Amino acid sequence: MPEWTRERTWELLLAVILVGTVVYNASRSPVYLDVDNFVNLFRLSIEKVIVAVIMTFVIVNGEIDLSVASVMAFSACVLGAAYEAGVPFPLAIVLALVASAAAGFLQGQVIARTGISSLVVTLAGLIGFRGAARILLEDRSVGAFPEWFTDLGREDLLGPLPFALVLFLVFVVVAGVVLHRTAFGRGVFVIGDNADVARYSGIAVARTKVVLFTTSALVAGVAGVLFAARLGSVRANIAEGFELDIITMVLLGGVSIFGGSGTMLGVALAIGIVLNLRNGLGLANVEANTQTGVIGALLIVSVLVQNLLDRLPLRRREAEA
Amino acid sequence: MSTPAAPLWIRPERIKELSLVGVIAVALVIFGFLVDDYYSGQFFNRITTSVVITAVLAVAQTMVVVTRNIDLSVGSIVGVSAYLTGQYAAAHPDASPVLAVGLALGIGALLGAVNGLLVAYGRVPAIIVTLGTLAIYRSWLVSHAEARTITADSLPSWVVDLPTRTVVSVGSLDVRAVFFVVVVIVALLAAGMQRLRWGRRLYAIGSNPEAAAQAGLPTRRLVFGAFVACGALSGLAGFLFLARFGTITVVAGQGLELDSVAAAVVGGVSVLGGSGTLVGALLGAVLIDVLDQSLVRVPQVSEFWRNAILGALILAAVIADVAIGRRFRRRWSAEARPHTKVTEDEPADPAPALEASDA
Repeated sequence: MPEWTRERTWELLLAVILVGTVVYNASRSPVYLDVDNFVNLFRLSIEKVIVAVIMTFVIVNGEIDLSVASVMAFSACVLGAAYEAGVPFPLAIVLALVASAAAGFLQGQVIARTGISSLVVTLAGLIGFRGAARILLEDRSVGAFPEWFTDLGREDLLGPLPFALVLFLVFVVVAGVVLHRTAFGRGVFVIGDNADVARYSGIAVARTKVVLFTTSALVAGVAGVLFAARLGSVRANIAEGFELDIITMVLLGGVSIFGGSGTMLGVALAIGIVLNLRNGLGLANVEANTQTGVIGALLIVSVLVQNLLDRLPLRRREAEA
Repeated sequence: MSTPAAPLWIRPERIKELSLVGVIAVALVIFGFLVDDYYSGQFFNRITTSVVITAVLAVAQTMVVVTRNIDLSVGSIVGVSAYLTGQYAAAHPDASPVLAVGLALGIGALLGAVNGLLVAYGRVPAIIVTLGTLAIYRSWLVSHAEARTITADSLPSWVVDLPTRTVVSVGSLDVRAVFFVVVVIVALLAAGMQRLRWGRRLYAIGSNPEAAAQAGLPTRRLVFGAFVACGALSGLAGFLFLARFGTITVVAGQGLELDSVAAAVVGGVSVLGGSGTLVGALLGAVLIDVLDQSLVRVPQVSEFWRNAILGALILAAVIADVAIGRRFRRRWSAEARPHTKVTEDEPADPAPALEASDA
């Protein structure tokens, strides 16, 4: 019997909220529980969702990556610009992914070597890689991609399951195993808890950070390519503001912004909540803009409530003493 | 390095400010080669008119950042303040300008107070709070505005004429009234941050929040105050935005939070708190604005290069900061030690991360 921890309590709470959201939405809209709607939920948000999974590693490690949405746009624009220049399409995809990984490697190197806060470095990335996307495509839009590629964003893969859902399920399980069941994952936690202790314990702190930021940007690059497949065309301003949903998913999942704690299960539940919430609000004809406000409030409230929960047992213990 | 011992008055922030002046000068020289007829009175006037918004926001951001916090909601505060003040001025054309400016400041201060309350008393990290309120304030504005736009012809003439109002003219160089007012505000705040108790306390909190609390500083109230001040200044920037553009849509001010943080960081303000000056932030804003106003006139590049250059500039600024800090910080803190006053160049963290390398 594993020890009952703060994380378990939070996961349980998230599960209750998730079930509550689903039940409430189902009672409000007859089409809500249709398989199509449910599948759509993931298909329309796959880009954010896979980035949230890797962002979990980054935040558990005590860092943050604000550049992900810009790297998504950068990747999509490299794809578009290469395709426009006559590069064969598969090669253009490879170029986009290599460019994204390089973007993350650069940021990771700066963070690991100089000790400059990842907040500033990835903020420079947020501005800079959006800028790189803008240099590549200026204000043009590139489309007319091969059919097999745009189908990737639409067609079903296994029965009713689209590529997006399969990808998410595989990715979240693999990520959960890596985070919670491998030495690398333990290292990520230890560094997030106390980087000095990790260093003295012989954990390769710098290398871990470089690996995480490179992977984070690579996943953002994959997300950018998937986004291009779904939209059918790319522009430099796609995915603007996606950081909000992504960071909300991770922190609502119970991951501490200070690093060192959090679970992949919590993040998976939080992803379910955010997607269902947006979907339910959409079915209830709430504008996308208001939905964004709701997500913003959810972000603040989720951390506020965790703070309060953390203080409760402390008070009780003090009262007993 | 066998440099002679630096006297105490050449402090790291002076070096940062001076090198930034150097960078601005170099940028002006380079643009002078690239652009025909670059050094004109008109160009000076355009820069001084446009820089005020970025400058006020950079200073606002700095007041929060020195306390080891950040305010990502300033762009949304600018939007809300510009829109509501515009609505008010359009509905009450005879209302006193003081009232309109006061309204803009008040709206900003109120929104800043919400941020400050959640950060200082709710103990939610500033990046979370303001990333949330960035979305909340904007989405409130969008639903409030219902797709209506404030137009310049609905505004009283004193608002629209404000940007071109001139205090003194030297040849073809006009010193705009807004520029003059903003410089005075920044100078007063800068003096307060350097000399007054509340200013030094903000730095103390940013240098070491635990130590500041242990020393009995009212840290929560001060952090709350910093957010209110940041909000009020952002509200003022909203008013300047209204006066400059006249036409206000629901996306007004979007993305300005990035410019404000960029200006502060380029201006030598450390996001780890406790270090950086308002003058530096002001210079950072000037540099960004010079780039903005000049790039569009360079035939070889386009305005699409703007963000890529800005990103690289931030990275260069922080890396240079680390390089300068590593070389000089020890000497400065050794010289500063005999004095018991709080110094802002105390390393926030003895920076073991600098030696971060794989074992």
